[in-house]
Amino acid sequence: MTTIQHISTGRRLKDRMVQGLVYLAFALAVVPLVSVLWLVISNGLARFDMTFLTHSMRGIGARDVGGGAYHAIIGTLEQVLLSSLISVPIGLLTAIYLVEYGNGGRLSRAISFFVDVMTGIPSVVAGLFVLAFWILFLGMPYSGFAGAMALSILMMPTVVRSAEEMLRLVPDDLREASYALGVAKWRTILKVVLPTAFTGIVTGVMLAVARVAGETAPLLLTVFFTDSINNDPFSGPQMGLPLYVFDQAARPNDTAIDRAWTGALTLILIVMLLNLVARLIAWWRSPARGR
Amino acid sequence: MTIKTEIREGGPATSRSASRRSHGEAPFRFLSTGAGVLLLGIMAAIAVFLIGEAIPALRADKGNFLTELTWDPNSSQVFGIGALAFGTVLSSALALVIAMPIAVGVALFISHYAPRRLAGPLGYLIDLLAAVPSVIYGLWGVAFLVPLLREPSQWLNDTFGWFPLFAGEGAIGGKTMLAGGIVLAIMILPIIAAISREVFLQVPKMNEEAALALGATRWEMIRMAVLPFGRPGVISAAMLGLGRAMGETIAVALIFPATFGISFQILTPQGNSIAANIANGFGEAGDIGRGALIASGLVLFIITLLVNMAARMIINRRKELMKADT
Repeated sequence: MTTIQHISTGRRLKDRMVQGLVYLAFALAVVPLVSVLWLVISNGLARFDMTFLTHSMRGIGARDVGGGAYHAIIGTLEQVLLSSLISVPIGLLTAIYLVEYGNGGRLSRAISFFVDVMTGIPSVVAGLFVLAFWILFLGMPYSGFAGAMALSILMMPTVVRSAEEMLRLVPDDLREASYALGVAKWRTILKVVLPTAFTGIVTGVMLAVARVAGETAPLLLTVFFTDSINNDPFSGPQMGLPLYVFDQAARPNDTAIDRAWTGALTLILIVMLLNLVARLIAWWRSPARGR
Repeated sequence: MTIKTEIREGGPATSRSASRRSHGEAPFRFLSTGAGVLLLGIMAAIAVFLIGEAIPALRADKGNFLTELTWDPNSSQVFGIGALAFGTVLSSALALVIAMPIAVGVALFISHYAPRRLAGPLGYLIDLLAAVPSVIYGLWGVAFLVPLLREPSQWLNDTFGWFPLFAGEGAIGGKTMLAGGIVLAIMILPIIAAISREVFLQVPKMNEEAALALGATRWEMIRMAVLPFGRPGVISAAMLGLGRAMGETIAVALIFPATFGISFQILTPQGNSIAANIANGFGEAGDIGRGALIASGLVLFIITLLVNMAARMIINRRKELMKADT
């Protein structure tokens, strides 16, 4: 056997250098995450108290201490729930069409393509659409429901994609076993395919919820602002947590900025919690998957 | 295999005969097809209603909508998309230039450099960047990044002031294009990294091992086997990132000082974008103002739609290629 030639210093150096750069890139990407989380937590904790969680901004003057985001938290929860109620059935049914009925035909390819394109719609455009259609064209008032419609447009493609992926993971053997027993296709989908894919679909929906819960721009154009508690998402302006942060951050007083940070902390807690639970469900479902 | 396809093709046939007994098949099929068609309808409705509400405002415009720089639909009714479109393009291009190398580095790190056990959790860490709401990046940008950039900006201006991007006299730093570009870069980094990572992971193991067996170092293997294979995927990832950056609203609405002009100086306090202008201008907009904002949103919609469609076409072509390979 001949001796293996050594790699020249130049090539080795280059290899090392690239490795260093790749590690550096990763470190650089993590810095903003740590910085954002640190700043939100350290600045937000100051006002993270019961007053903040149980009071609205009604009657709170520009320079007043106190005030809270209760109205915004209620608004966000209602809007997100409503938008899920709209987008989950539509998204799930679309995914079922794509996987079970589409058969790669023209319509299914068109839908699939535009679902992908839809994920790229800027959130502000979704808000403008609801503004143009619901508020300006139909003459409806600003409301939490209008905001929920805008959010649901942003949720739909995410729900379709994740549900589709999960439905495709269901082995064909299961479907065929069900057909062989003489079960109709739609019953097979409802009783065999969906239950098998259930946890995966839940994960996808929760990630979609986490994504839209932090959206500000569509709310700005459809929900408008209010400082008071409005429990009814179908009439009158509401507030949302992201909107609350935006509103308070734009005010020049320190008391408002403090409230903005605490609002940001609350928002990040909600979003991260949703994310974490979703990932835990996904991980618990498939412990063998490496990435 | 033949048996399998036979059974699958028999599926609809059996369900057709079964549907006489169970009345659910046709309605269910109709419902799911309808949902898909509804999605297409929503896309079309977005275009239709944006155009419909924009037309009255465009008629009232006393300037040229495409080239006019000022934005004053509420009093003088002279407004145009010129400066805003320029700001949108410049800020997202800046974001892309900053994000691309880092995102590809991150993707390579997760796919080829990180220890196997850590790759999953570390990838999740990057995904978390995407989970942080836009408004919080805006807050962070204003409170943390803007003050932080002041001195480096001054230094860049002193040293490389001859370069048009870094030029400018008087106030340097503050709420600048650079700050906006960096925040946008952070926000689009996760999506670029995630897609690139997926493509890099799909590189056939054979190609990589062949390169290594020929004595290539890890970098040479990546340059010869991974990067050429991943190029279309990385390009479309970049375009998707670009689309995101152009549509990003609240973060830049908080950072950009909402000036109206065309300037390449990224270190002086100026900057605006279509999306930021919608968020900042909506509160005080009257009828014409709202229509004008919708018209600008329509432009944004068309631009992002084109960018996204192009990106998706590149990805889909790749998918078909890979299916043909296997």
